[in-house]
Amino acid sequence: MLWARDLSHAFGAIRALDGISFTLERGRTLVIFGPNGAGKTTLLRVLAGLVRPTRGSAGVEGGRRAIGWIGHQSQLYGHLTVRENLRFWGTLYDIPAGDLERREGELLSRLGLDARAGQQVRTLSRGETQRAAIARALMHDPSVLLLDEPFTGLDRLAAEALGRLLGELAARGRATVLVTHDVKEGTELASDVAFMRAGRFVAFGPRGSRDAAALTAAYREAVGSA
Amino acid sequence: MTLAQRGRWITIGALMLLAGIYVRALRFTPVELTQGPAQKIFYLHVPAAWSAMLSMGLVGLASILFLIMKDARLDRFAAASAEVGTVFCCVMLTTGPLWARPIWGTWWTWDARLTLTLMLFFLFIGYQVLRGAVTDPRLRANYAAVVGICGLILLPFIHLSVYLFRTLHPMPIVLKPSAPSLPPEMLVTLLLSFGVFTLLYVGFVMQRYALGEGESDA
Amino acid sequence: MRELLRHAWLIARKDLQLEFRSRTALASAFVFTALVLVIFEHGRDPTAVPTIDLAPSILWVTFSFAAMLGLNRAFQAELENQALDGLLLSPISRTSLFWGKLGANLVFVALVQVVGVLLFILFFNVPVWRVWLPFLLVCALATVGFIAVGTLFSAMVVRTRFAELMLPVLLLPFLLPPLIAAVAITVQLFAGRPLSESGGWLRLLAGYDLVFVSLTTLLFPATVTE
Repeated sequence: MLWARDLSHAFGAIRALDGISFTLERGRTLVIFGPNGAGKTTLLRVLAGLVRPTRGSAGVEGGRRAIGWIGHQSQLYGHLTVRENLRFWGTLYDIPAGDLERREGELLSRLGLDARAGQQVRTLSRGETQRAAIARALMHDPSVLLLDEPFTGLDRLAAEALGRLLGELAARGRATVLVTHDVKEGTELASDVAFMRAGRFVAFGPRGSRDAAALTAAYREAVGSA
Repeated sequence: MTLAQRGRWITIGALMLLAGIYVRALRFTPVELTQGPAQKIFYLHVPAAWSAMLSMGLVGLASILFLIMKDARLDRFAAASAEVGTVFCCVMLTTGPLWARPIWGTWWTWDARLTLTLMLFFLFIGYQVLRGAVTDPRLRANYAAVVGICGLILLPFIHLSVYLFRTLHPMPIVLKPSAPSLPPEMLVTLLLSFGVFTLLYVGFVMQRYALGEGESDA
Repeated sequence: MRELLRHAWLIARKDLQLEFRSRTALASAFVFTALVLVIFEHGRDPTAVPTIDLAPSILWVTFSFAAMLGLNRAFQAELENQALDGLLLSPISRTSLFWGKLGANLVFVALVQVVGVLLFILFFNVPVWRVWLPFLLVCALATVGFIAVGTLFSAMVVRTRFAELMLPVLLLPFLLPPLIAAVAITVQLFAGRPLSESGGWLRLLAGYDLVFVSLTTLLFPATVTE
């Protein structure tokens, strides 16, 4: 689970986050919708520990070891093979050698990358790279997933596959925070929804039975035309 | 009175005092025996060097404090101090050759003080080039602070290495720029000049800082 | 401490693996070194100034510039796919990350220096082999502090627009003390004087290295935290 308490981030006159507070339990998926510049990425980065807030605090149960990050950048090394990448990142998280190989194999077949395992990442297609990035993020079996606009640049099929995967992962007890500016993408996955504007949550609560259309309407009302 | 206005008054005051010093230097202070009237530039040259060092010292200090306290005002102060320091370095580096030429017959010499000031000048330039190249204000402040601290720590090493070099490779130096055996009138003029240049530093930094405030709030 | 070094080694090994795959920086540095030495060789008049007097300066200037070519390599690869974020998210400490980068840079520079010295002996006919051990010591001492500052600065500069130009501009003042010391000691060594006579210079180098390796290690987190 993760939490934020009166989180603020400001420097000089620029205020990226303004008093954000919430808690997220295991197995819940919070989807944060907001226009560009609302502070979504900053919030995620503060939760991840990459950015230090100027006021307030945030934390993830289990610390950095428990966090898996998936963004629109793959965080992989182009000149290393898929397998080498997974091996490197796994070792960084102190996964014991025996488990390393097993998890590699599992993730590669789960994400359909067996054929590409020995190829350098720079030779992969966009969709394959995204899948490899997901494998990397899952190598250390994180209990918290932070997703920064993960659907960017993916075609319909790939986006659906990613959605299904995320759904499975959430069902297995992970806490997930996903930020996006596109209401349609994240709706299905959400158990909780937040609307963000100018560094603040203008709405926060369970999704309930609302569908994408209902959420879009609520979003427009809360955030204004964005 | 706003900060900028106060700064302007202090600067004007300091400049007037500087003119006063020069009247004193030219009229009431004895002409140096061997160097002649060219030596008068000494009252500009040495205090400018002092102000440049002061600027760097304060940039370093502000940088350390910034990394601890993360206050944007400290960063703004460091930026102002660095700009002002660059100006003083330029004064020092132009008056130096102007003085050296009639006295030593050469425009430049690699003595410890001149070399140190030249490196200081490069440090200031590098600092400002880096600031100019980073758009994100938080990142820029962090980066500038890192360079500022490293630069400050570097100075004693530069001084030491040039000094060691000089003692092992003695160069023909005719006169030491600020011999301790100065007649009292010269010493007084010099000390007054130090005071005025410090005042100039304060005035300049106040104005530059105020300008910086205006920029970031815009 | 052991964890620190182990993680640093992981990072360094990955860096070296990447560099040997792509070979771009290493090749440039080798070629550059050879080119500069050739130009110096042709630009001098052996009858006017004896080689042995000029040689140390030429060697050290060449080393410095070749080293700077390779420094940007360290963080360039991390920015490609935002792998740097991945490294910062992982449980390894910032110090491990920095030391890993520093270690890889030192290996890189050492390789360039080996090639440089060989070419140097070839072109300038200086009796390096007679004093190879003290010479090695001087090379190591003069390089470490300077490369530490270079690694720190490259972490910052790599995100700016004119990275290749910015790094030398920032780094050159830091080059002065180790360069002067290295040249002075090398001149003494080639002239057949024992190393003990350069005690002052050696102490300067050791002090510089100690101070700047510590300082840069301390300051590195400030360049990657926001």
